[in-house]
Amino acid sequence: SVSPGSLLLPSLPCSSHGSPTLLSPQAAMTKLAQWLCGLALLGSAWAALALAPPGLQPPGPLRQALLPLPVYLLVAFGCYSLATVGYRLATFNDCEEAAAELQEHIRAARADLRRRGLRL
Amino acid sequence: RFSGIDFEIIIIDDGSPDGTQEVAQQLEKIYGSDKILFLFPSGTAYIHGMKYATGDFIVIMDADLSHHVRLHVICPVFLIKPIVYRKQKEGNFDIVSGTRYKGNGGVYGWDLKRKLISRGANFLTQVLLRPGASDLTGSFRLYRKEVLQKLMEKCVSKGYVFQMEMIVRARQLGFTVGEVPISFVDRVYGESKLGGNEIVSFLKGLLTLFATT
Repeated sequence: SVSPGSLLLPSLPCSSHGSPTLLSPQAAMTKLAQWLCGLALLGSAWAALALAPPGLQPPGPLRQALLPLPVYLLVAFGCYSLATVGYRLATFNDCEEAAAELQEHIRAARADLRRRGLRL
Repeated sequence: RFSGIDFEIIIIDDGSPDGTQEVAQQLEKIYGSDKILFLFPSGTAYIHGMKYATGDFIVIMDADLSHHVRLHVICPVFLIKPIVYRKQKEGNFDIVSGTRYKGNGGVYGWDLKRKLISRGANFLTQVLLRPGASDLTGSFRLYRKEVLQKLMEKCVSKGYVFQMEMIVRARQLGFTVGEVPISFVDRVYGESKLGGNEIVSFLKGLLTLFATT
């Protein structure tokens, strides 16, 4: 498996973007179970309204919008995903300085350790 | 030494034949084994290492001790402690996780394809697991010792999926997670590849976590 490599913190004053997440003990349901429940709920609501037998159907325009709604939502989510990933890709920082600094530190560390008796 | 914070370093060899052992043993001699401890793994490296840790907080970082890069683990350690430790004190977090994706965190030497895969995988992870942390596969975290022990008991995955599972479970158990931006400088000497195999095993791990947590 890929071994990630070395880490170096930016030496700029810490702009810690903390997002402290508060205590929220989540239900014992797995994420999969949550999704299935959610989908089942929405799915049955949609089916009840959109596929209802004549007589119980909601008014015309509403029904027309309701029928393709799942597909619309899927496409909307797809667009959102592409936009989000694209944005994040574009704003992915490159740490030139950090890399240079790391090299410097490695040099300094090597020299220091050699002084202390480390043999490579 | 630099930061005024009491610390010790535990280096755990995963058995790769790259000279890590000799360097680590020499370091132990130079600094004394109250400061640096070198261990052979028996069973899970983390669990083994934790038995010897005497501090209140434990930082786990991947040290890429492949050929030529034996020493860089020393550099980050001295820089990292103050900033991450400060963050922990700031919010009294149970876990402080390094993130490449927020603030001025980032990467070095990644081409567009690799960045895309990384962001794509992270997006998928966020959607499926809603973990409450922006970087699950980053390999730098600070844990409170008791928190780490508790998480070790609960987590069952192996490899880096284990890292992901830790954060997810931590949130489930109600632990607080703070974040700190980190710069990820990949493989000081040479490039590391992100191949199809890695992607497949990542997806497998992600789906497993999705179905079991």
